[in-house]
Order: sequence, then C-alpha cells, then structure tokens
Amino acid sequence: MQKILIKNLNLWYADFHALKDVNAAFEDRKITAIIGPSGCGKSTLLRVLNRMNDLVEDVRTSGEVLFDNGNILSPKCDLVSLRRKVGMVFQRPNPFPLSIYKNIVFAEKIHSPSTPRSGLDEIVEESLKAVLLWDELKDKLHKSALSLSLEQKQRLCIARLIAAKSEVVLMDEPCSTLDPQSTAGIEELMRELKKKYAIIIVTHNMQQAVRVSDYTGYFLLGELVEFGGTDKLFTNPKDKRTEDYITGRFG
Amino acid sequence: MRKIKEFIIEKLILLCGVASIIFVVLILLFLLNEGLSLFKDIGPYEFVSGKKWYPISEPPQLGILPLICGSLLVTLGAAIISIPIGVACAVYIAEVAPSWIKDILKAGIELLAAIPSVVLGFIGMVTLSPLIKSVFNLPTGLTALSGSIMLAFMAMPTIVSIAEDALYAVPKSYKEGAFALGATHWQTIWRVILPAASPGILAAVMLGIGRVIGETMAVMMITGNAAKIPDGFLQPVRTLTATIAAEMGEAVVGSEHYFALFAIGLILFIISFIINLTADLFLHRKERR
Repeated sequence: MQKILIKNLNLWYADFHALKDVNAAFEDRKITAIIGPSGCGKSTLLRVLNRMNDLVEDVRTSGEVLFDNGNILSPKCDLVSLRRKVGMVFQRPNPFPLSIYKNIVFAEKIHSPSTPRSGLDEIVEESLKAVLLWDELKDKLHKSALSLSLEQKQRLCIARLIAAKSEVVLMDEPCSTLDPQSTAGIEELMRELKKKYAIIIVTHNMQQAVRVSDYTGYFLLGELVEFGGTDKLFTNPKDKRTEDYITGRFG
Repeated sequence: MRKIKEFIIEKLILLCGVASIIFVVLILLFLLNEGLSLFKDIGPYEFVSGKKWYPISEPPQLGILPLICGSLLVTLGAAIISIPIGVACAVYIAEVAPSWIKDILKAGIELLAAIPSVVLGFIGMVTLSPLIKSVFNLPTGLTALSGSIMLAFMAMPTIVSIAEDALYAVPKSYKEGAFALGATHWQTIWRVILPAASPGILAAVMLGIGRVIGETMAVMMITGNAAKIPDGFLQPVRTLTATIAAEMGEAVVGSEHYFALFAIGLILFIISFIINLTADLFLHRKERR
C-alpha cells in the first residue's frame, strides 16, 4: 500500500533549484532508503514530507505530495497534524533538556492536554518498550534525557515519535553520530518498527541502505536518478550514474 | 634583547591583572575597617533592626530597618515590573520578531541602557511623580512606586540583553524537534526553549536586580527620601544607597554617623555580592550542561 505519493515535485531555495521533477512512492510498512552524495537534495526531500522546509526562508515548491488523501504542499494543510503523523528523527539526537518522561509525553501533552496521569504512564511504558529502552530506564524516568548515551538518546527520540502516534518515520542520517555497535542496534530497531510504520531513511552509508531497506532511491544534483527495489538497484542498476555511485567510482 | 622585551611586557600585563584584585581588596579592607568601627558603639543586630534613623539627634539613633525596607520595596516593585516585560521582550526579539524589527528593538534597548540614571531620575521627577500624585490623589508623587517604575527602566536593558543571549544559545535542534512533533511556535517557546534557557534567564534577572539595588541617583531624586518604614508602594521611602549619597557630605569624619554610613555600604556590598554570586552560579550551571 502506498503511504506517500510524490508527483512532479520541484523545490527552489531562492534561485537554487534543489529538487527537479521528483516522482516517487513510499510504501507503508517498508523501509525506503534515499542515498546520494552530499548536497544532492536527499535531506531536502525528507524535509518536504513534514514541511520542515517551511522553517527555511525563501522556499518555493511546485507539484504534489499526497498523504492521507490530501496534498500536503497545499496552503490548507494542517501542519500540526501532518507533523504529528509524519515524525522525524534527526542526524544528531535531539532530546529536549527535560526529563525522559517529559520528552516522551511531549506530543501527547500538546495535542491532548487532558490525558490523565495514568494514560501518560502507559504511553511512556509502551513507547520505551517499543524502542527496547524500558528495562534500562524504567527506574530513572525522571532523570534528565541529556544524561543518556548517544544511542539511548536516539532511541528516545524514536520513542517520542511512537508516543506521538506517528504513521511515517523520517530518518535523516540517524546513525551518522553513532559507533558501529549502536548503529547495528538502531538498524535492528528499524526492522522491528517497519512492522507498523512506513520508514524513509536518508543515509550516506550505502551498506546501511543495503542492510535495512526494501526500496532505494538514488539522488544526484536534485534529480531522482533511479528508484526501485534495493536488491535490484544495488546488483543491477539501470542507470550508468547509479552504477558509478554504488561501485564507488564517484561520491 | 627580544627576550627582555617579552619579559617586560609579560610582567606589565601581570601587574595590570594583579592591580584590579589589589584595588578590590583594598576597598573591601577600607570598608570593613570603617564600617566595623561602628559596632564598637552599637550592636549589629540593633543597627539592622532599629526602626529609627536620626543620625544627628543627640544621642544619634542609628537603626537602618526603614532604609532596608525602602531598598527592598523599591527593588521588589522594579522587579515585578521589569522581569515580565524584560523576559517577554527578549522572547519576542529572539524568537518572534522579523529581522528589521529586531534591529530596531535592539538599538532601542541599547539606547535605554545608555541613558544616565540622573536623567532618568530627572524625567521621573517632572513627568512621573505629578502623574502618580494626581492618579492616586496623594500629597506627594515622590513615592516608592515612582522609584520602582524608573528603576524598572534601568533593569530592563540588562535583563533583555542577557536573557536574549540565553535564548539564542538554545540549540536549534530543540526547536526543530518540537516543531517536528507538531508543536506550535508558542508551545515550542513555552515548553522547550524557555526551560532550556532558564538558567541564563535567571542570571539575567539577578543581574538586573543587582543593578537596581545599587542604583542611587534616580532613587534619591524620586522616592521622597523619608526614612520611615513604609506600608505600601504609595509612600515616600529612602533607600540604603540614597542615604549614603545624601549624608556622606555632612557627616563628621570619625563620628558614629560617619561609621554608620560605611556600615550601610558594607551591607550593600554584601547584598550585591550575594546577587552576583547567585547569577554566576546560574550561568555556570548552564555551561556545565
């Protein structure tokens, strides 16, 4: 089932044409990886999907991004509910400087402030269990989230999205600040999460794309050069440029 | 030759560095020496809790409770006015304002900081006190409230500029994280940015208040200088600082009155020291994080 459908998407930062006529579809309950050299537009694409690009001044878009039967690029789109459903995990783990507990219930508190304490407790337990942190952290829920290790922080940020009842998880190089062991841990978690969520991950690391993703898109200079099943794209690329990149001749 | 030059320059810089400490220590010693001399004649408790300040009656009555109350009342009033406005202004500048308004506001705040306190006092005397007098129907407009309002103007630039720095220092990733969870701009400010900046904002508030407590000229001009324990903001008060400034010139050197003024100075020094220390602790807590 298609979760997000992108049709003829173009994006400009002032005069710079950052995304050129992109067409793609992201499947639900699958992991889609977006690879490509730095500055090729992969993070920009990710930030279109939850309209985080709105924070940048002077951005224009054209085309359509269909999600939940609506075009999220239209001015009528409700950003608050869009961003709740399409959550984002950032390159550097960014838990708020609050307690672990407050980090997780953050979304619940702003979207439904009347949830009783017991409901919040339940959300915290469920989401921490989902990211396999519950056993480690259940006794220090009221400690500052900044005291956690990098991997724990990144897991906490993912738990925050689960607590927000997101449907799509966007990941912007979520492992680039982690060591290989923590990276393996997060990847394991991604495989677990894809049973319920559509995951779109931007990564610099081609091996990571091979390891975790079902579909892969290759971006170059704002253009989606090739998009398809990960196995096929990495073993038998259709486009010469993709082949150059994945064989390491360039990038 | 080059080595000797290096040596001389190094020692000169060292001397300058040490000099500032030596001056502070000398001032403190002088203050202690003169201030503590008073307590040969009256006990410290009697001095601080005495309700009557008649330094030139015979024998002099040296109780500074009215002056302490005056200082605290004026400071409290100034804090109540300047903290909410100052912090809100900092939030507006750091988070909300478009850049051209930001520039205008920052220039305005700097201008406010540049107004000499005597000018503020003088403006307060001719514009604010008559207004307060007529609005509240008082015998005089020279009251604690007038002092508080004018001092709020002096505390505001400090509070705004330091609080604004603290807000800017909040990592952008917190803001992005909150937005990405569907928080509105205001929810992001209230639930994430303000808590993250709170140590810096507290430091800003402490430094602003420190400035108010030590302020002399404006309060001397517009608070009425009556050394009585006030029962409200609408009465004339006299502050610790104004007492020293007004009476030092006429006190006989070596008299109890003279030593009492130094003892007041000592108390002010202690209060400012505690406030600055607290502000420092908050700032350092922020750095440790």
